[in-house]
Amino acid sequence: MTAISRFLADQPPALLWGLVGVLGALTLAVAVTALLPRLRPGKDYTNLRQRISSWWVMIALLAAALLAGWVAVTALFAVISFIALREFLSLAHMRPEDRLIVLAAYLTIPVSYGFIAADIYGFYLVFMPVYVFMFLPFAMACIGQTRNYLPTAATFHWGLMTCVYNLGFAAMLMRAPASEALPAGPAGALFLLLAATSANDVAQYVWGKLLGRHKIMPTVSPNKTWEGFRGGWATTAALIWGLGPVFTPLQGVGLATLALALPLAGFAGDVTISAVKRDIGVKDTSALIPGHGGILDRTDSLLFTAPLYFHLLAYFGLEHF
Amino acid sequence: MRWLRRAAIVVLFRPLARIFTGADIIGRQRLPLKGPAILVANHASHVDTLLLLTIYPSKALDRVRPAAAADYFLKGALMSWFSRRILNIVPVARDRVAAGDDVLAPARAALAAGDILLVFPEGTRGDGEELAKLKNGVSRLVAAFPDAPVIPIWLQGAARVLPKGAAVPVPMNCTVLVGEPVPWAGDRAEFMEALRAALENLHALAPPQRWA
Repeated sequence: MTAISRFLADQPPALLWGLVGVLGALTLAVAVTALLPRLRPGKDYTNLRQRISSWWVMIALLAAALLAGWVAVTALFAVISFIALREFLSLAHMRPEDRLIVLAAYLTIPVSYGFIAADIYGFYLVFMPVYVFMFLPFAMACIGQTRNYLPTAATFHWGLMTCVYNLGFAAMLMRAPASEALPAGPAGALFLLLAATSANDVAQYVWGKLLGRHKIMPTVSPNKTWEGFRGGWATTAALIWGLGPVFTPLQGVGLATLALALPLAGFAGDVTISAVKRDIGVKDTSALIPGHGGILDRTDSLLFTAPLYFHLLAYFGLEHF
Repeated sequence: MRWLRRAAIVVLFRPLARIFTGADIIGRQRLPLKGPAILVANHASHVDTLLLLTIYPSKALDRVRPAAAADYFLKGALMSWFSRRILNIVPVARDRVAAGDDVLAPARAALAAGDILLVFPEGTRGDGEELAKLKNGVSRLVAAFPDAPVIPIWLQGAARVLPKGAAVPVPMNCTVLVGEPVPWAGDRAEFMEALRAALENLHALAPPQRWA
């Protein structure tokens, strides 16, 4: 017991309170799903229950990694990137000749996350968008199939940039050194990214359910409404404005920029992956997470919020990057 | 030796299947847990058998036995050991058909013993795109065991993980679709038609995990 209490005492208190808050929110959600069948009987709440059960698992994994430190977070996000990329490449239009290129694409994951583990930020920044960008199309040329060469090369790059490069910024955040003015440590900063991104998803959904009337992108995401979008934006912006000073070094203009921009990025990631799924002709990218679908269905908004959050923190508040 | 098979499937194949295929399954509740029963699946890769063994509920795992070509799977000491001890195959001597041997005798014996027999009626691995012509051995088994449910299963995507002739497996998502039992009404040709239709229906429901 003393080992556990000492471990917890070493953690930033704000992070622990944040995690307690998330557990509270989840417990509340469980209570609501228990009451819903009584308040509004006759509807099927299986999907909602599955969703919430899956949240417990996802939050347990993320919380354990956040408390364990940068090694665990980097490993967890490398695994998430792998599963996301596998889902993407398995559904995207790939040619039979590309089988070994698919394998090469996976091998960029340990290299990319290796730069995070080695804390070589400059190499990380250029590896995927410059060098993999050149190498994979070259490898495809070596294989010799030129039918649909350009669309396939572009598809590979799009998948790698979103699933690996963009998600990696979440893990990169953990490499901020102790000398930085992070009020709840790097784990606290990452916690706010994950919490705000998920809260934005949930808030858009709830506002949309409550008030949604006018469709915002009917051909891409028919369930999304202007009311959900605006409600989610305002709710998340308020959340970031309130919690930003507790978890990040941002204030004033920097914090306001984050509060206004992050919900937009979350929405953009969500509908962009929706467009990808619509093009491919699937509703979910896999059945990995009961009630949610695949990893890409769950991380869609994070693919866009992670780099934005990282860059705003780096510009307005961090010395290291 | 049962423990070795169980351990290999649970500790080794299950994590490998998760990594290399994602092991998504639709209709898992339709998998029979008691024999005699016949699982009929399309065949495109060595991954097929391993994937089916890994998604099977643990309590019925000991009963699941793939019917496999004796000329291929019982060739060489190591392959033979693996086929018998780990896969627990029911050998089919497909090269003895011409000689007039009763090549389905081991399969009937397995069903009589209450096993769940996994059959790939295409007889060999295809390209994973289209269902090849089905051999009608299944209908002879059902005629002998009319009460054994025949469950159609479509395995989507396995040919991309490890196609015929490839040495390096590449992780790609696969989906296992389990259908409703195909009823036996006494006519073998009719039954094979219905079985083929059931497999094609599952194929049509599969996610587009295929080459462009």
